[in-house]
Amino acid sequence: MTLQEIKEILSAQVIVAPQDFQMNIKMACGCDLMSDVLAFTKEESLLLTGLTNLQVVRTAEMANVKALVFVRGKEPDRETIALAMAKNMPILLTDLPMYEACGRLYRHGLPGCSETEEGSCS
Amino acid sequence: MPDEPLFEKSFNISGGDFVNAGEVASKVKKILQDLGVSNKVIRRATIAIYEAEMNVVWYARQGTLTLSVTPELLHIKVTDEGNGIEDIELAMREGYSTASEEIREKGFGAGMGLPNIKKNSDEFYIASVVGQGTVLDITILRQ
Repeated sequence: MTLQEIKEILSAQVIVAPQDFQMNIKMACGCDLMSDVLAFTKEESLLLTGLTNLQVVRTAEMANVKALVFVRGKEPDRETIALAMAKNMPILLTDLPMYEACGRLYRHGLPGCSETEEGSCS
Repeated sequence: MPDEPLFEKSFNISGGDFVNAGEVASKVKKILQDLGVSNKVIRRATIAIYEAEMNVVWYARQGTLTLSVTPELLHIKVTDEGNGIEDIELAMREGYSTASEEIREKGFGAGMGLPNIKKNSDEFYIASVVGQGTVLDITILRQ
């Protein structure tokens, strides 16, 4: 699924634009616990989260997350946006709550991390 | 000698500096990429280093992380001056945490940090003295 499709399915606005909206996303996870993201998320995932602080961007960087979706319409502060831009970490923002955002993507065929093999670089 | 470091560098970590927390892990990630370390090893190393760095930021006054890279392995030593850990066996248990509300609000403190560092290491050693600080010794093979 492309990031463009994800944006449309979630009626999301773009906070930090990707270099390419056609980038392919193979799997996703929804999580507010960053340590769990580090422990269980596979490389090149999409991360949906209700946290919008600097540590989310850092965690995404370390775990090789491909893009972030902030749920429940929670806007990040300027520092978080600046860090994401510096790290080339795309951010989408949806008004949907976590469960519904994950549910819509899953219904459209985007699998979870436990169902998907890691990328070739892993 | 095969284990002779081809790269070694130390970084300071400031306790309580939430804004720059993760900067050391980010720098190390870049260094490892420049050294041509494989992506799989880089991911394991940066996750372990990031967790260790966050532990220093949350719980210690200051710390030092030293990265050594040889053709065979990565060696990471993290020493801090801080509260130390009273019961290491308990701290290594998944889900056990002494984190404050502030730490939990930032998405950490779920009791996964030390177990996750161990999981991403090929060899892991931890020692701590209450009231003085903690030493982590992490080895990750490059093969």
